[in-house]
Amino acid sequence: MRHQFSVRIGPVGFRIGSAWAGPVGTLRALYADYPAPADGIADFTVRLEPGRPWRRFLRPAVEIRGDFTLPDAAPLPLAQGLLAAEMGMNLQMALGQRRYLLLHASAVERDGRALLMTGNSGAGKSTLSALLGERGWRFMGDEFALLDPATGLLHAFPRMVSLKNQAIAAMEAEAPPERFGPLLRATPKGDIRHLRPSAAAVTAMDAPARPALILFPRFGFAADERGVAPSEAFVRLTQASTNYVALGEAGFASLSGLVKQVPSFAIDYPDTASAVAQVERLWAEAAI
Amino acid sequence: MGGIIYRADPPDARRLVTLDALDLIYHVPSGQTHLVSEPVPQMLDALEAGPADAAGIVARLAAAHEFDPAGAEAVIAARLEELEAIGLVWRI
Repeated sequence: MRHQFSVRIGPVGFRIGSAWAGPVGTLRALYADYPAPADGIADFTVRLEPGRPWRRFLRPAVEIRGDFTLPDAAPLPLAQGLLAAEMGMNLQMALGQRRYLLLHASAVERDGRALLMTGNSGAGKSTLSALLGERGWRFMGDEFALLDPATGLLHAFPRMVSLKNQAIAAMEAEAPPERFGPLLRATPKGDIRHLRPSAAAVTAMDAPARPALILFPRFGFAADERGVAPSEAFVRLTQASTNYVALGEAGFASLSGLVKQVPSFAIDYPDTASAVAQVERLWAEAAI
Repeated sequence: MGGIIYRADPPDARRLVTLDALDLIYHVPSGQTHLVSEPVPQMLDALEAGPADAAGIVARLAAAHEFDPAGAEAVIAARLEELEAIGLVWRI
């Protein structure tokens, strides 16, 4: 590839190749504080390429390719190349990760103990983790949490936070401007702006944490909460895992152990202020 | 007499995790996870002694657990059909 960039996020190394300089330059700036992959060897490769050779110049459209591909992934305009890179990295993780049980969840840490949050798109798990990351918690990741079947510990994957729509303004009020990427308007996912995790979160990203509380947040409802039975948490988390089946017995043992030991709650919240208050209270009352 | 005779894998082909009202069974040969409730784990264990029909399983359960076997045969037969559909027992 003409332009290349390598980065390690948590325990996972990526190599991103691009036919254009733009997306790689933006990635390089956003991931400036991150190390290179261990021993220089990337776990996954993402390629951003034109679908046809002339598409490099004429109405440039980025196709996402790599070790693993989905046949129907639509190309994106070059201005959204950063989003294409992010989607490519997510795709490689979702389809290729075998070392850890991959949970589609955000995570933050305090005192060596982790809070896991998972829910459907729009539930607010990403925004909540970013917000808590600015309010005394260590941000571990907004998209994937990696559960090690060998130890039961949670490993961080603190990639750029992908802020969508209203979450952009909410976080612009919390974090300094130099930590934000360009505003990407009208992408297939709405407006998107990337937020670089704090330097402390990146420095500490190799430290795993012991899961202590699981939350299923839901944004846009009157404040409410209910305990979630381990069996329901198990079903929800298998649905939130892209590689549960692939991991076989190791995945079963680690996920059943997680829900058996760690308490789970579903929380509804009308705004971020009440969400933070609910999280802090549940953490104080129920986290193990 | 003369009910359908079922067989199951030995207990070490399954990993059982008891959670709340429900139990998890990981079936090693198929790699599938099942969410079940009583008396399914007990029924599968009862088949360790060899193939049996619903009446035979009720007799084994009554010997091992405290419960009233009256009317249990129809319930066990229905559970066996479900277990057959998910591959945890099969007919011989």
